[in-house]
Amino acid sequence: MAKHGPMHGPGPGGYQRPQNMGKTIRRLLGYLSRAKFLLVIVALCLLLSSACTVAGTFMLKPLTNNYILPGDIPGLGKMLCLLAAVYIAGALCSYIYARIMVRISQSTTETIRRDLFSKMQDLPLSYFDAHTHGELMSRYTNDIETISEVLNNGLGAIVSGSLTFIGVVVMMIVMSPLLFLVTVFTLLLMLLVVMTVGKRSRRYFAQQQKNIGIVNGYIEEMIEGQKVIKVFNHEDKAKEGFRSRNEDYRRAATAAQAFATSMMPLLGNLSHINYALTCGVGALLAIVGGFDLGSLVSYLGYTRQVSQPVAQVSQQVNNLLAAVAGAERIFEVMDTEPERDKGQVTLVHASIDSNGVHRESAGRSDGWAWKKPDGTLIPLTGDVRFHDVDFRYVPEKQILHNISLYAKPGQKIAFVGSTGAGKTTITNLINRFYEIEDGTITYDGIDIQDIAKEGLRRSLGIVLQDTHLFTGTIADNIRYGKLNATDEEIRAAARLANADTFIRHLPNGYDTCITGDGGSLSQGERQLLNIARAAVADPPVLILDEATSSIDTRTERLIEKGMDRLMRSRTVFVIAHRLSTVRNAKAILVLEQGEVIERGDHDDLISQKGKYYQLYTGQAELS
Amino acid sequence: MIRKLYPYTRGYRALICFGILCSAAEAVLEMLLPRVMALVVDQGIPSGNTDYILKMGGLMVVMSVASMALGVGAAFLAAIAGQGFGANLRQAQYDHIQAFSFRNIEKFSTASLITRLTNDVNAMQMTVTMGMRLLVRAPVMLVSALVLSVTISLRLSKVFLVVIPLLVLLAVLLIRHVGPLFRQLQERTDDLNLVVQEDLSAIRVVKSFVREDYEREKFQKRNRALRSISEKAFGFVTLGMPAMMLITYGTIIAVMWYGAPLVNSGELLVGDLSSLYTYITQILMSLMMISMIMMMLSRSIACAKRIVEVLEEVPDITDDSAEEAAEVTDGSINFDHVSFKYSEKSEEWNLFDIDLHIKSGMTVGILGATGSAKSTLVQLIPRLYEANHGTVRVGGRPVGDYTTQHLRDACAMVLQKNTLFSGTIRENLLWGNENASEAEIKAACAAACADEFISRLPEGYDTDLGQGGVNVSGGQKQRLCIARALLKKPKVLILDDSTSAVDTATDAKIRQAFATQLPDTTKLIIAQRITSIMDADLIVVMDDGRVMDTGTHAELMERSEIYRDVYQSQQEGVELHG
Repeated sequence: MAKHGPMHGPGPGGYQRPQNMGKTIRRLLGYLSRAKFLLVIVALCLLLSSACTVAGTFMLKPLTNNYILPGDIPGLGKMLCLLAAVYIAGALCSYIYARIMVRISQSTTETIRRDLFSKMQDLPLSYFDAHTHGELMSRYTNDIETISEVLNNGLGAIVSGSLTFIGVVVMMIVMSPLLFLVTVFTLLLMLLVVMTVGKRSRRYFAQQQKNIGIVNGYIEEMIEGQKVIKVFNHEDKAKEGFRSRNEDYRRAATAAQAFATSMMPLLGNLSHINYALTCGVGALLAIVGGFDLGSLVSYLGYTRQVSQPVAQVSQQVNNLLAAVAGAERIFEVMDTEPERDKGQVTLVHASIDSNGVHRESAGRSDGWAWKKPDGTLIPLTGDVRFHDVDFRYVPEKQILHNISLYAKPGQKIAFVGSTGAGKTTITNLINRFYEIEDGTITYDGIDIQDIAKEGLRRSLGIVLQDTHLFTGTIADNIRYGKLNATDEEIRAAARLANADTFIRHLPNGYDTCITGDGGSLSQGERQLLNIARAAVADPPVLILDEATSSIDTRTERLIEKGMDRLMRSRTVFVIAHRLSTVRNAKAILVLEQGEVIERGDHDDLISQKGKYYQLYTGQAELS
Repeated sequence: MIRKLYPYTRGYRALICFGILCSAAEAVLEMLLPRVMALVVDQGIPSGNTDYILKMGGLMVVMSVASMALGVGAAFLAAIAGQGFGANLRQAQYDHIQAFSFRNIEKFSTASLITRLTNDVNAMQMTVTMGMRLLVRAPVMLVSALVLSVTISLRLSKVFLVVIPLLVLLAVLLIRHVGPLFRQLQERTDDLNLVVQEDLSAIRVVKSFVREDYEREKFQKRNRALRSISEKAFGFVTLGMPAMMLITYGTIIAVMWYGAPLVNSGELLVGDLSSLYTYITQILMSLMMISMIMMMLSRSIACAKRIVEVLEEVPDITDDSAEEAAEVTDGSINFDHVSFKYSEKSEEWNLFDIDLHIKSGMTVGILGATGSAKSTLVQLIPRLYEANHGTVRVGGRPVGDYTTQHLRDACAMVLQKNTLFSGTIRENLLWGNENASEAEIKAACAAACADEFISRLPEGYDTDLGQGGVNVSGGQKQRLCIARALLKKPKVLILDDSTSAVDTATDAKIRQAFATQLPDTTKLIIAQRITSIMDADLIVVMDDGRVMDTGTHAELMERSEIYRDVYQSQQEGVELHG
């Protein structure tokens, strides 16, 4: 069921590694390549700004040696102007590239989000069965977020960091290969620290994630069951249970955070050691000769600069890897096989002229017809037939076996049977939520495989037991069934579903806002809204899957009257636990373990004294 | 805000102080390094004193190592304190929620409580862990760099008089502007996520109404809005970095310009000048760090506010008026002209002028349409909600006289939307009475007709139910919930539509068991099926929050139209074989 997803996926440490790096990166670059021209500018700016940083520090040496020490003030003025120009150019370039990257990253993530959501709409239901909502949500909340973050800052930081690093190293080697040895020593030390501490920190992060999962899971279960806790005076027990889990999480998180946060002081102070060593050795060299004061000052400046990119890049590389792993998961969703939809027969409005010939029409008040690719019209009557249908959700378990059934136009067909007997499955096959394994299903004589899904589903109104409402007003929710419905149509549908009375009792009537899946409404009220939503859609065939399970029998009877008016001469499929709901059906099908074991109307089945009779007289239980 | 959250640092205050000291010492040591460097350059090199250079170089290494140790120590302390604070906060919030009444819970909604306990607390502990280091380092570095600059050259330090106000102005402007942008960004992100979340849970609805394109459009509208605001917000942030860079470099150039004559006249040494550059960079860096922290803080303040909201929510049902010793002595229930509404603001009463008197040991059936407030009525008995007017009495005393512990132990209730928890069947049953013996458990299950299906399970009472009891069917779940309630040996037993998924024969058997095994317990049964309540001592017919009629089956058949209607709606066809 719905999983609100607090903290799925990685924490800020980004400890995961992508599976197929090259391919994913190429595909990500594909998204970026839409901004080819901008990327060229970004590259130029990056190069320039790194060059400016290096040049700025380099100029300190001639400034000190040739101008400040000798006291050449006019010359100094000129040099300082030059330096200012270099700095301004550097700052300008880094602003331009950062600004452009923001643009690129935001439009890229917008595109990725759009593609992902759009693709999600085409996925078959089996995909949603196999993946929790929390998992899919985290594609949006975590994975896209990491990609955006990396494009925003990370990529630029890695490139500019590497460029600056190379530039600084080159300058250091040119200035004093001897002193550079000192730097190499500390750089190696830094690398070692990054690798060893990083490795431990990743291990602790994995533990932390596991514990977060346990604590969050416990919180979800307990808070959702909070009312039962209260009724059973179980508060103290619940506190105790939480205490131990909270404590475990605290321990794991402390270790993970301790290692992650020590990285900064470790690297920072290693760079200070480097600075100290360089200063000492440099000073000795200066005494021995061959190294002047200006060079030393300038070299020390580089010493400070060289370690910064190391810390920066090592941090961003982790983020980059996390982003690629996220992109991989996103592409996995995008690469999932969409629902099969090769049907060519479409649904059209049609009217019958005086000669009894069907003609396509625009009016909604007219009837419906199937339009074949060759243009011939077949009137929609609601004749549904199953021929030896086999079906399984997962390969290991056969759900339906050799099901054959028929619903003649205008008939009310009911399915009765235990949970898992396959009632809902049958209705899910009619609208092709799932694909059958064997056999055929025909609709007005047409194989449903040949009907375009859009038309097929528009012709079937489904009211499910699990009610789902959208954030918006009550009217908006009913209007979901027919987007251009007038207020009067909505009211009429609500009256038909017997929802009008309770809606008018709400603070703002039809304009009352629903939030959080309508949590403030009772299950029965939500079901009434559900029925109104289907009623406003006015479909030729209706499927009611436990649609009135939470509604009392008296209200149900009132709805039934309205429904009968709506469904006059239309085919209706009804699934219900409550036998009083299905009693007046034209045909009742009793299902057991994926097979039809009895068929007939109420009186037939009672006189057969079979399973239905047992159920009806309370000798057997539907589970 | 800080004052409100301060108590939850309990147990970690010494560590926090120590951590702050470590961080501060680390920062000071770091700041002193360039000073020592200046000594090497200005005194060691010109005099050619290698011993001095070695000594000073050694000193610098020692200082760096010491500062590393302090830094790592501070990091560990920050991690311990931050996570400890988070754990305290989480526990305190969770414990407080346990005291919430139904109304308190509904006010926040379950989903929002979960977010506050998880994401919000995680964000807070991250702030403490990161903040403890940065928040200390930045000001310490700022001050010590300033002091050192002044000691190097008072005259040159005057540039700071211009630069710092400029920087502060810049930072304030940025934060002022960026704050609202990020709030908007967060709102639009939430908006977008909501669409995805709803689309996911209602995917069957979307597909069956063929609304894929409609959903795409809905999403794309929010997607575009999100993009435009994030481009604005992040685009603005990118201004900060180059601006800071320019100011830093400008200051260095100014110092060189004004410093050169000083060097020339011998007032200032080259090493000093060079360490001054370093301090300038540090001062500006720490100012930048401070503005970054401010931005981070403004985000966590939102989280802190949400947490404090929960912590400050006053549980509206307390034991304040209760007598500790009062125990429920019998199962009589009286409603004296009780009226109730869920929201103070709403105009309509959810229950109006209920006057109902039930003797101890009676079996009472409650019948009414969807939305007629049957559940609301019975929830007033264990004081899950409090009546606005009138008094609800159990055992002759107002419900507020008892502690909720005593009252709810005496009034067992099986809720309409009942929950089983992960764990075994036995563990779940023990919720009713943790000291229940094996025989008591078996007896309760027998009465609830749960024993036969439990015995059929391979692991019997030790079968694991999975989260939310997914491993049993609806009817089995309901029977387990009844057994769990029976184990409390209550004076009042309330079943809120608790046998809807149980077949009629079993339903009758359960009621039979109630009658024989719980003769002294008052039984209130809400049911859709008329057969479930037909032989009750008293049947209450409700409609639209009012009691329409009370009486026995025979009496009501005679005078209540609603009752007759319901009866008829369920009787058609029964005569065929009845």
